[in-house]
Amino acid sequence: MSTEFESETEQSKTVLQIEEATVRFCGDSGDGMQLAGTQLTNTSALAGNDIATFPDFPAEIRAPRGTLAGVSGFQVHFASTDIYTPGESVDAMVAMNPAALKTNVADLKPGGVLIVNSDAFDKKSLEQAGYATNPLEDESLEGFQLFQVAMTDLTRRAVDGLDLSQKEADRCRNFFAMGLAFWMYGRSLDPTLRFIESKFKKLPAIAEANRRALTAGRNYGETTDAFVSSYRVEKAKLPAGKYRNMTGNQALAWGLMTAAKLSQKDLFLGSYPITPASDILHELSRYKNFGVRTFQAEDEIAAVCSAIGAAYSGHMALTTSSGPGIALKGEAMGLAVMLELPLLIVDVQRGGPSTGLPTKTEQADLLQVMFGRNGECPMPVIAARSPADCFDVGIEAWRIAARFMTPVMILSDGYLANGSEPWRIVNFKELEPIPIKHPEGPVDGKPFLAYERDELLARPWAIPGTPGLMHRVGGLEKADGTGNVSYDPKNHQHMINTRAQKVKNVAKVIGDQEVMGEASGDLLVLSWGGPYGSCRTAVAKLQSQGHKVSHAHLRWLNPFPANLGEILRNFKKVLIPELNMGQLSMLIRNEFMIDTVSLNKVQGKPFHVTEIIEKAKTLLP
Amino acid sequence: MASVELPVLKPGDYGSDQDVRWCPGCGDYSILAQMKKVMATLGWPREKTVFVSGIGCSSRFPYYMNTYGMHSIHGRAPAFATGIKSCRPDLNVFVITGDGDALSIGGNHFMHVVRRNVNLNIILFNNRIYGLTKGQYSPTSELGKVTKSTPMGAIDNPMNPLSLAIGCEATFVARSIDVHIKHLADTLKRAAEHPGVSFVEVYQNCNVFNDGAYKYATDKALKADNIIEIEHGKPLIFGQNREKGIRLNGMQPEVVELGKGITEDDLLFHDETSPQPTLAYLLSRMRYPEFPEPIGVLRCVDAPRYDDLLNEQVAQARAEKGEGDLDKLFNSGDTWTVE
Repeated sequence: MSTEFESETEQSKTVLQIEEATVRFCGDSGDGMQLAGTQLTNTSALAGNDIATFPDFPAEIRAPRGTLAGVSGFQVHFASTDIYTPGESVDAMVAMNPAALKTNVADLKPGGVLIVNSDAFDKKSLEQAGYATNPLEDESLEGFQLFQVAMTDLTRRAVDGLDLSQKEADRCRNFFAMGLAFWMYGRSLDPTLRFIESKFKKLPAIAEANRRALTAGRNYGETTDAFVSSYRVEKAKLPAGKYRNMTGNQALAWGLMTAAKLSQKDLFLGSYPITPASDILHELSRYKNFGVRTFQAEDEIAAVCSAIGAAYSGHMALTTSSGPGIALKGEAMGLAVMLELPLLIVDVQRGGPSTGLPTKTEQADLLQVMFGRNGECPMPVIAARSPADCFDVGIEAWRIAARFMTPVMILSDGYLANGSEPWRIVNFKELEPIPIKHPEGPVDGKPFLAYERDELLARPWAIPGTPGLMHRVGGLEKADGTGNVSYDPKNHQHMINTRAQKVKNVAKVIGDQEVMGEASGDLLVLSWGGPYGSCRTAVAKLQSQGHKVSHAHLRWLNPFPANLGEILRNFKKVLIPELNMGQLSMLIRNEFMIDTVSLNKVQGKPFHVTEIIEKAKTLLP
Repeated sequence: MASVELPVLKPGDYGSDQDVRWCPGCGDYSILAQMKKVMATLGWPREKTVFVSGIGCSSRFPYYMNTYGMHSIHGRAPAFATGIKSCRPDLNVFVITGDGDALSIGGNHFMHVVRRNVNLNIILFNNRIYGLTKGQYSPTSELGKVTKSTPMGAIDNPMNPLSLAIGCEATFVARSIDVHIKHLADTLKRAAEHPGVSFVEVYQNCNVFNDGAYKYATDKALKADNIIEIEHGKPLIFGQNREKGIRLNGMQPEVVELGKGITEDDLLFHDETSPQPTLAYLLSRMRYPEFPEPIGVLRCVDAPRYDDLLNEQVAQARAEKGEGDLDKLFNSGDTWTVE
């Protein structure tokens, strides 16, 4: 259903035109803050804004109510311009309780709008949050536009007469908060009303309560004297086309399904649930009518092994996980390299090491996916740069895996996976097909050679059931050509060299590295993965200030694009911002003997644009 | 359904061109020979058969069969086989494994592939020792077993593979012995023909590291008293002169002498199709030297198979929703247009 947004309310108050806004909802996990954020995102996207989001939630499903550990937040950045980040300092914040206020208020801009649920600021909650005095009464919030809204009471009154328990009534508070935010930014209630209708189809009383709470929140904004003005963000000037909002995990799942269709394959996913990758499993499980088979395995190892079995049997095979699961899959990935079968391995990175920060983002698995296998075991590695980009990355990874008969590692991260942005809907027929040919039988009566190679060193993908091509694959070293077991020393050297060269050959088809900005200058910002948006925004800002700065963003981490060394040498300095302690820097220094400068951050959060700008300025003349 | 046009295959047609490199005298040779013999009788096209193995002496097996095959990683063969069978129900998939491979490192996968009832044939070569890593004790080694890694004797209680499989509600469970070749061939054939997971434990001699582990079951003079060939619908009788039987005393099996007032009708009758796994489990608990150990089919029941159910769901989804249309999916839900 396509929706053209129309503002439905006649405004009686001042309306201020702004270019962009960053709004954050924060409250207890369980308060529905992720839902509130998602709804504001969708409705802003439907209003034609460019959007970027940053959900930030604790690992505990329901931490004790009111505690600092249990605070869940969702940030939405919407704009009338092209944006690449979920924003840094927050223009408007809705805090549902003292703990949420305490953990989030530092990110609110001076003079920013702060809406609090004043009902939640009781003695117990203040104590739980560690407030010695009530911040609503002392002068600590003086620098903000503070609005105290008795949300609990107002929500209860709005749903009065619906025969709800108090707990049920109070659970509608997030819809009240949404309604208020929607008023403040002139958003239509329609998309959220439609959401309520489909989500609570079987619970008419709850649906009605949420509708009333949402409307009450909007009306409160409109009628109360406290708010004197609201804001409007014009439609963004995005490239023409039809759009929808996508999270990274959803975009990746859809990209992979698309890759399957482009290669006329059914997709098999072997997976074991792990944050933040599970949503790919959930999403793919819904599309059995697309020929998608999902197998929730007993563990990470079985997940990757089942996928290798599926690849051997001729399917498009996939396994999805996060860092700790990738560690478990290491041995099987080595086997996949040895078998030379096409396989996609998705690593949605999170904070490590070990269990680390399971719901927070990090980019620290790069060296693991490059080297975390025994022996000389190279594998192509591709990384997505934004939520919508995950779609294209899924397709490109499969194109390479199928062409080269190799496992390919896809890197995403928690920030991309859960964050969302507009995705320009593609037309399937306009996508380039992925041709795959399985040998159909012996040629000219010659015995079939399972490890005979083509010009790019790929071997044939002969599948069980084909007469005349029977062969055995396995983890023991193979004789070149036949694939029979071989302990011959020279053959082993030859096969190690061949497998490595095959991965290097990927560079022949992935195209040259592009640079945003001049081809030479004082500074190149080199990035990969999730920091794309922050780096791009930072470099654009520096360029507008007249600095000779350019930006190169890597999609392939292994192999590097063929022209990368030349690009790096055209700049006086190279800055590599990474959400790790310098892993790409290590690879670049090793490969090109270039003294890169690292900007490292491992705090479970993405880069702020200002962090990159500040660092870059220290390197500029 | 055998087609008249299919070439008649001989056991030799199933041998690959690779040299078999097991130790001379290894029990694996016998199992390989019987497998080839059984294959030739099944009427399956060779190219439709896949052997999947893990790591260990037994797991070299796929290299020696002229079919499709995969020598995978330690303990995980059931997972690879699950992926193959889930995508390709048309293939006949065998898992070849050993006691260390299946029960130690692969214990988790074994348990899950069995309870899912994936339509696979799992053949476990049980020599009660680690052969390929040169003689450490295995999960089936007896208490007190002295090996390189247990100089004072093993102190972990051995695992009973049949009990484990039955505990996971395996739909086909059997045992045979490497040198009991006719019995072995019959058992492998029945396993291959069973729809659903079939699990066969084969007592297999490692003449280098654990020679004679099953002497009680293979020695001509001893075996009649120490093993009992069970058959569906037949009473449990054994002994040199078939003079002994197994009777139930309450919930306990006991060895009784036939004659002296005890007739065949007093004995326990085997029912491999019993829907409850109780009887099969009871039989699996009969261990040497207290009891004769059963060989033959302990359990054979029908149950839904994971791979069928998975593919039925795909077919059902396609029937209900139609073949997936990506353009329709992309354009579903809330969208907006930028001019």
